[in-house]
Amino acid sequence: MDFSYSEEQQMLQQSVSKFISQDYDWDSRQAISKSATGFSAEHWQLFAELGWLTIPFKEDDGGFGGSAVDLIVTMQEFGKGLLVEPFLANTILAGTVISEAGSSEQKATLLAPLMEGSLQLAFAYAEPQSRYELSNVQCSAVINGDEMVLNGHKSVVLNGAAAEKILVSVRTSGESCDREGISLIWVDASTAGVRRECYASVDGQRAADIWFDNVALPASNLLGNVGDAIDVIEMTIDKAALAVCAEAVGAMEMSLMKTVEYSKIRKQFKVTLSTFQALQHRMANMFIELAQAKSILLMAAMEMDSLSGRAPKAVSAAKSRIGKAARLVGEESIQIHGGIGVTDELDVGHYFKRLTSIQFLFGSTDHHTARFAAS
Amino acid sequence: MNIDFSAEELTFQQEVSAFLAAELPSDIRDKAANSIELTKDDFVTWQKILAQKGWAATNWPVEFGGTGWTPTQKYIFDNECAKVGAPEVMAFGLKMVAPVIYLYGNEEQKQRFLPDILASNVWWCQGYSEPNAGSDLASLKTTAIRDGDEYVVNGTKTWTTLGQHADWIFCLVRTGAADVKNQNAISFLLINMKTPGINLSPIYLLDGSPEVNEVHFDNVRVPAENLIGEEGKGWTYAKVLLTHERTNIAGVAKSKKRLQDLKEKAAHTSDGLSGTKTMLSDNSAWQQKVAELEIELLALEYTELKTLAEVSTGKAPGPESSILKIKGTEIQQAIDMLNVELAGYYALPFVRDQFLEGFAGVAIGPDQAAGSAPTYFNNRKATIYGGSNEIQTNIICKAVLGL
Repeated sequence: MDFSYSEEQQMLQQSVSKFISQDYDWDSRQAISKSATGFSAEHWQLFAELGWLTIPFKEDDGGFGGSAVDLIVTMQEFGKGLLVEPFLANTILAGTVISEAGSSEQKATLLAPLMEGSLQLAFAYAEPQSRYELSNVQCSAVINGDEMVLNGHKSVVLNGAAAEKILVSVRTSGESCDREGISLIWVDASTAGVRRECYASVDGQRAADIWFDNVALPASNLLGNVGDAIDVIEMTIDKAALAVCAEAVGAMEMSLMKTVEYSKIRKQFKVTLSTFQALQHRMANMFIELAQAKSILLMAAMEMDSLSGRAPKAVSAAKSRIGKAARLVGEESIQIHGGIGVTDELDVGHYFKRLTSIQFLFGSTDHHTARFAAS
Repeated sequence: MNIDFSAEELTFQQEVSAFLAAELPSDIRDKAANSIELTKDDFVTWQKILAQKGWAATNWPVEFGGTGWTPTQKYIFDNECAKVGAPEVMAFGLKMVAPVIYLYGNEEQKQRFLPDILASNVWWCQGYSEPNAGSDLASLKTTAIRDGDEYVVNGTKTWTTLGQHADWIFCLVRTGAADVKNQNAISFLLINMKTPGINLSPIYLLDGSPEVNEVHFDNVRVPAENLIGEEGKGWTYAKVLLTHERTNIAGVAKSKKRLQDLKEKAAHTSDGLSGTKTMLSDNSAWQQKVAELEIELLALEYTELKTLAEVSTGKAPGPESSILKIKGTEIQQAIDMLNVELAGYYALPFVRDQFLEGFAGVAIGPDQAAGSAPTYFNNRKATIYGGSNEIQTNIICKAVLGL
């Protein structure tokens, strides 16, 4: 066992950390979040130049060949800055689907431009009735020779507004919740019959609900074997869950730090809040939650890299435990700040919002507790 | 002791229920059912209907136009109102400043202010907290310096809820010399919001709503006749008001209704595990959480009933009201979180327009799912306002346990 970051990982961490501290101050982040697209195209290009968009991909595919540990190193720093650029939707969600299921031709048309920063992607997998069950797919694709027709409704597609091409999980045979009969396809967002309702999410990012109404596509838009996609989908969502766990750890670290700092400045009853033992203990508890979260995050990342087959259970353990920590740290940060904590103006409330979203992305705390128990 | 309603109480319940069925405007009822934000007009319209019936002031003595109801009648009324989604009465006039006026105001002030409060002709707001006086309210700095027949008010009040609608504000101000012990220099002053020198700036909360304000006073000249009671006694009056505020914010009836709604929604929300055949309400972990909360609420309901019964014997609500505030707000926030859990992925969309009057776009998500997270964010204020729950805990330590 070895719990230290490699030299390469330390350099990666410093590089992302430097970007966040120098180019991603709070006012800039808020301005980007409120802009028309909700992210900075300039930053996105910079990420491409720095090679960050290649991190999780195999060297054979032109990627950096990064590990799960590399991923959590990056995501923790993004979490500290509450980054709104669609790294998760492109690089983790859509990217993993293409990397795992795509043909070399599909990788050339989808993955290469993603890594260059010239193509925006999204992965649409959730549906109104599915909650967190990835095999609960009712969106259908009927294949007929060289053609197929897509119908259905996908919920809360991250980066669904900006995405030029959308990866979609579809049912090509069987019943809803059958593990067999689920396939992956890609569809250009401008295809006739694709309708989007785009919106901001509560954490200042962007998403969309997407409806497919008799969308005609060539059968060559299928990725991987027909009916055989559930393993790739689960692996993708596990990776995304691990990524947001890391993001939560970064966000919790900042939220705790800001709360401790504020408690040392804010005076009531002629003394700073930091002098009240009742509050000291609560901040100490937040610190303990964070420590537990960091540990279980590392465990899950190392299990994912070990190819032991224990990754799904480890990810569920991490998502469950970190979800619990995220709720406590987020809520306590607000409570200790007092009234100023519930205002839109102060950053601490925005950490709280992102920590809340993360509790429900890719399976809620309860969902992952149950999955851990069942596996 | 007897847990059942008497025949008279059952008759009263029917009367309230029939009144609500006949008089609650259908547009307001629909808004409540669909979580559409109520406008100022909606509140005023409903309160005027209540006033017409003589039911606007459930906590006032009869001589000033109160209902004179027993605690059980108040309980029945609150529950029937919550069941049909009738708006809660805006507390600032009827429940907060009015008791101070009828308890400590002079005859002229009672004549001048109470009828308009009762009839909801005037919208009141609260000027207590300041940027540097939150939990430590007694350290407030806004001054009112006597100049002839007037006070000249300077300072900043904050967290003034719906101050943008207000005609009048009741304020705690510092009238004494700076060296007088904090509490003994505080006075209770009523100020017309149209007085020159008052400026409002909105504060946006985490749900994006401009619900509260900062109110700036720059040499605002207030007639001395607007002082309630004696100079330097404002803190005593305010404490009485605060204990009333604390019992009011337990919100038991509303929590009961919200929990009931939550259970109904869970019975129609797929748990995802079987296509659309099994519901979230079938899930044992979910059932356990909801049941625990329901039991806690049941205990609080009887704590509130006991407190109200004691108040009705003439006692002012004592430090026990802190229990109502702490448990009431914790339960509200637990329901907020369960609503977010119920919404799942549909907790994420931030579509504030969808919950405003006249929305004509495509609604995102089922029921009110997309409003669940903003409500959860916004209502984190509940454990902070009205004396934070930490302050309530201190009150119990000092005033009840003698620690």
